[in-house]
Amino acid sequence: MRILIVDDERDIQTLFEQRFRKEIKNNELVLAFAYSGEEALKYLDEKEQHAILILSDINMPGMSGLDLLSNIKQKYHRPPPLVMMITAYGDEENYNTAMKLGADDFLTKPLDFNQLKEKIKNIHHD
Amino acid sequence: MPKYTEQEQEVINVHNVFWEALANRDIDLRFSCCSENVTFIGTGLHEKAANKAEYRIMNEKGVNQFPEPFQIDFIWTNISMFHKQAVVTCEVIWKQSINGKISSELVRSTTLLNYEEDAWKIVHVHGSVPDYRLAEGEYMTTEKILLRNRELEQKVFERTQELGKSLAELKATQSQLIQSEKMASLGELTAGIAHEIQNPLNFVNNFSEVNVELVAELKLELEKGDIAEAIAIADDIAINEGKILQHGKRADSIVKGMLQHSRSSNGINEPTDINALADEYLRLSYHGLRAKDKSFNADFKTEFDASMPKINIIPQDIGRVLLNLINNAFYVVAERQKNLSGLEETYKPSVTIITKNLGDRIEISVMDNGNGIPEEIRNKIFQPFFTTKPTGEGTGLGLSLSYDIVKAHGGELKVESLSGEGTTFVITLPNLNIR
Repeated sequence: MRILIVDDERDIQTLFEQRFRKEIKNNELVLAFAYSGEEALKYLDEKEQHAILILSDINMPGMSGLDLLSNIKQKYHRPPPLVMMITAYGDEENYNTAMKLGADDFLTKPLDFNQLKEKIKNIHHD
Repeated sequence: MPKYTEQEQEVINVHNVFWEALANRDIDLRFSCCSENVTFIGTGLHEKAANKAEYRIMNEKGVNQFPEPFQIDFIWTNISMFHKQAVVTCEVIWKQSINGKISSELVRSTTLLNYEEDAWKIVHVHGSVPDYRLAEGEYMTTEKILLRNRELEQKVFERTQELGKSLAELKATQSQLIQSEKMASLGELTAGIAHEIQNPLNFVNNFSEVNVELVAELKLELEKGDIAEAIAIADDIAINEGKILQHGKRADSIVKGMLQHSRSSNGINEPTDINALADEYLRLSYHGLRAKDKSFNADFKTEFDASMPKINIIPQDIGRVLLNLINNAFYVVAERQKNLSGLEETYKPSVTIITKNLGDRIEISVMDNGNGIPEEIRNKIFQPFFTTKPTGEGTGLGLSLSYDIVKAHGGELKVESLSGEGTTFVITLPNLNIR
């Protein structure tokens, strides 16, 4: 299972790779990273079929996570990848907008990795 | 029949020469009539002379005050003779021209003369205004002018004091305004700061948690005897520790920057990394605006000159200038996006910070692609209290303060703007390390 993680903080890559160390080692997960909404779209254009789950930050310079979300949900239909939004501002407005745009889940920073792992396991089993 | 005896006539002659000399402004002649010990008492508060020199000075002043000759008409004269002494009393009408106006005064004088050696000399003069002429508050002309002068001096003194007070109040108000402007910009910063601190703290917490897990795994691998894997895990722990330290320092520098920003500017010059400073305030500004307005989004870019030397500046002051210029830039691109016409759908709000090392000076440009500043207000934007923002949103002091801060650093703040294309503010600062 391939997960695309979108965040403008580059250290998120090290963090995820360490947090999912075992899963990566056991080939349960493949992690890909994009540092902006634009980069994420480019990645999806090239390797659409691979990303089943997209984890995206909302607050990024340039294209915001919400723009990316609406873009993905409009463009990719067969079937659209799951998109979970992550934000430092866990406010209602962002939550409602994300849900309206078709987000599959909404997570707030700091990320609870155990919870995230559970969620990923459930996707696996579906 | 002669009115006076021969001796009386001699006295009258001296007396009249004395008076007419005053009318003709001939001070030397006047004092040739006086004894060396002459004294004088006049009507005014300080018309008193204890000796000839004082009396002469008083007369010279009087003559200088009234540049035109007087006219003296004797109304009556009375003389009393004693042994080698005479008293002459007279009333004269004293006409003088002041600023083209004729003023006349009725004056009474009593003059005491002594026969000294071979001539009559005046030893004492007493001037007065006849009782029937002295209505309350009425003074002789010179006295009136003196009093008027004193009143005017008092008024000038009072006004000066009032002005001094107003000036002090204005200065106090100004420094209050500067402080509230600082606090307002700190308020704008708070949300940005919260975001900027939360991110590194998340990393510190996350990497610490990962390391706890990794240490457990490391032990397992060592028990199993898988040295290669143990080394790999140990390497990861080391990397994570580095990340923890790095993000801890990042949060630290943000808090320090915030403290510096709120501190009043008794700041000292210190060698400052301009690129880092610009980057820090760009992020604070962006996240601050994002936190305030969720719909706000803009692209921001930096084009930093890698050869930028450290420049001696007061970092919190120049930081305030940068914050102000960057906030303005984001504000105008957001305004433009809100009011897009159908033709401009491809508009992408963007703010760019460019630094340039020019040898003896450096340049920091804050460039936006907003609507530009209309020509007619371009020369007003640095004036205090000038703002285009709605009432209550801007103090109108941001650019004015920025201008003053840059000037105080020996630099320049300039603006270039093209209608419909955007605005660039350019800060130029001297690099004093290069002579």
